[in-house]
Amino acid sequence: MNARVLYRNARLLDPATGLDTHGSLLTDGTRIADFGPALLADAVPEDVEVIDLDGHCLAPGLVDMRVLIGEPGSEQKETVKSASRAAAAGGITALVCLPNTDPVIDDVAGLEFVARRARDVRLVKIFAYAAATRDTAGAEITEMGLLARAGAVGFTDGTKAIGSAKVMRRALSYARTFGKVVIQHPEDPSLAEGGMMNGGEIATRLGLSGIPREAEIIMIERDLRLVELTGGRYHVAHVSTSESVDLIRRAKRRGLKVTCDTAPHYMALTETDVGDYRTFAKVSPPLRGEMDRRAIVEGLADGTIDCIASDHVPQDQDAKRVPFAQAGFGVIGLETLLPLTLELVHDRKMTLLQALACVTVKPAEILGLPLGRIARGAAADLVVFDPEVPWTIDVDRFRSKSKNSPFEDRPVQGRPLRTVVDGRTVWTHEDTVP
Amino acid sequence: MTDQPDQSLRLPYRHLLGIEGLRAHEISLILDLADGYVEQSRRPMTKSALLTGRTLVNLFFENSTRTRTSFELAGKRLGADVINMAVDASSVKKGETLIDTAMTLNAMHLDALVVRHSDSGAVKLLSDKVNCAVINAGDGNHEHPTQALLDALTIRRRLGRLEGLVVAICGDVLHSRVARSNIHLLNAMGAHVRVVAPPTLLPSQIERLGVEVHHHMKTGLKDADIVMMLRLQTERMAGQYIPSTREYFYFYGLDYEKLEVAKPNALIMHPGPMNRGVEIDSEVADDIKRSLILDQVELGVAVRMAVLDLLTRDRRLGNIGAEGVA
Repeated sequence: MNARVLYRNARLLDPATGLDTHGSLLTDGTRIADFGPALLADAVPEDVEVIDLDGHCLAPGLVDMRVLIGEPGSEQKETVKSASRAAAAGGITALVCLPNTDPVIDDVAGLEFVARRARDVRLVKIFAYAAATRDTAGAEITEMGLLARAGAVGFTDGTKAIGSAKVMRRALSYARTFGKVVIQHPEDPSLAEGGMMNGGEIATRLGLSGIPREAEIIMIERDLRLVELTGGRYHVAHVSTSESVDLIRRAKRRGLKVTCDTAPHYMALTETDVGDYRTFAKVSPPLRGEMDRRAIVEGLADGTIDCIASDHVPQDQDAKRVPFAQAGFGVIGLETLLPLTLELVHDRKMTLLQALACVTVKPAEILGLPLGRIARGAAADLVVFDPEVPWTIDVDRFRSKSKNSPFEDRPVQGRPLRTVVDGRTVWTHEDTVP
Repeated sequence: MTDQPDQSLRLPYRHLLGIEGLRAHEISLILDLADGYVEQSRRPMTKSALLTGRTLVNLFFENSTRTRTSFELAGKRLGADVINMAVDASSVKKGETLIDTAMTLNAMHLDALVVRHSDSGAVKLLSDKVNCAVINAGDGNHEHPTQALLDALTIRRRLGRLEGLVVAICGDVLHSRVARSNIHLLNAMGAHVRVVAPPTLLPSQIERLGVEVHHHMKTGLKDADIVMMLRLQTERMAGQYIPSTREYFYFYGLDYEKLEVAKPNALIMHPGPMNRGVEIDSEVADDIKRSLILDQVELGVAVRMAVLDLLTRDRRLGNIGAEGVA
């Protein structure tokens, strides 16, 4: 494919360089050829397709570093195809899937399966983490070297914590050899055991067993010691408490190789959203209190929290239309990542470029992926979006196979209009609007 | 023949899922009505025709003898057709979900459904899917509203009031729906509520429910009017909350010695079934001067009659039909 496309009349945004200017961007095949305020302003060569963006934003496509797809094993909840379509509709051009499939992605064949399914579907770029321990059982580390060679972008037991300090120490030390990051689900399994929501008054009123905030705090504290011991690269997934943010802030100041992300539900919701046993608000780690939520937003604003990941965990009706204790954990997030991230901008907590960095270049850098930038020669993975347009979240229209979103009916501002992967438009807003 | 209670009073709710949120006058309305049903139940001919032709289903996902029997008697004394559905006989074991069960029962046009389930919130989930009145007979560790109501009725009939009384709720508060319902009710009625238990048997931030927290019986029972003992729910415990029942009885089991610090005529309650020698000494439990335990059982039927009467008023008196949705 050698097609050249000119995106004209755009607000060009590149969080990596701070670019924010009115202009045009030219793609040539799968790459960005050039961009700038005056690019091809006078005359456009005949073989160039011209798309007028009507002044809308043109930014690097979103990189979502935490997505559970469920294929293989839970195809009734989400497949590579449905997740790809949902991601494209959410302005996401690259996503990284978790190894918590059945079977677990803990060997090269598992990684190759995901890569093949992604090639078949060919919508957005799909990367994968490999399990840090065999079968995510938390006992023996996986063949990290071979898995890294086969494309694993990092190691994690995904939705499960690496509970044993000894195993975590080994994982950090060994992954370091191959320059890969170890990603932790920060929750002490013994403290969290049997818990269903944040421990405290609301759990007590509802008669639900609580997960103390300390389960997360203790795990991060322990892991930071191990990072210091091993020199490994450590990333904390979906931080949810104010102390977690403080711990990571201090660790960064001390120069440790530590990064972290959070998910939109920890910026936008609290434990009160569990209300009368709303299973859609059952997530792991659990939604916390208002002070925690504010600390998460603060952590994003001051850069302690590096990125925002959707933490997309699809659950079908059978897993959510049951008593709270029996319900599965998780919310879907691919199609709400951009508008919920933009809430930070509308609430004046971050600038547009800062917010975009959290969902583009920063996750890409943590994972060592050459994505999330507008640069000459870079992959033409782009999103066109309107940051202001108000709309109401309507989960029925989502492409995701599962509909477990706690954000149904939430009024938001800003939505993607077009998603471009490797120079090819994979979705436009018109695909959704009848 | 029965003297028909005033049928113009209503509760503004379709279901009774918990005590939390009920207001004092609503609780009093139930208790006043229950007082009348106590008299009915004591007559040689106990049955009335209030719920003739109405169907009550007892749906118990958890074992229960006394609560189920109490609801069954309450329904029958009001003339209702009562059907008991035990879990073993139902489709739940075949993989039917709670919501399927609710939809199925709903299609049978019941008037009232009494539900007990081991999961907190399960009764609320079910109540969203049916048109009939749903009464929570205990959901997980959440609430057991009719137990709190019968406890309140028991106290009120003995002492004439609830307001201003010091009530010590002792024992396994963590696993107790009875404790939660009682805390909400007693607070609503102006009693002073204490919980007395080792910290491992207290849920986090229980003080936010408006109770005084004590870890020793000596301070917790001081000047108490009512000592409400809770059953140590070993069957609900995942893991170890106390070192042994022997140690538990030593420090938290109610005996005359621990009772000394309470008011001289302090009364003793227990929702049953009791673990004698674990949370309560047999001597105390069987002390007819101080133990209200059998009164509780008797008044339980009357309270449930009152609740069934109130929650079926709208449909009986024409505001909604049997198939109607509020």
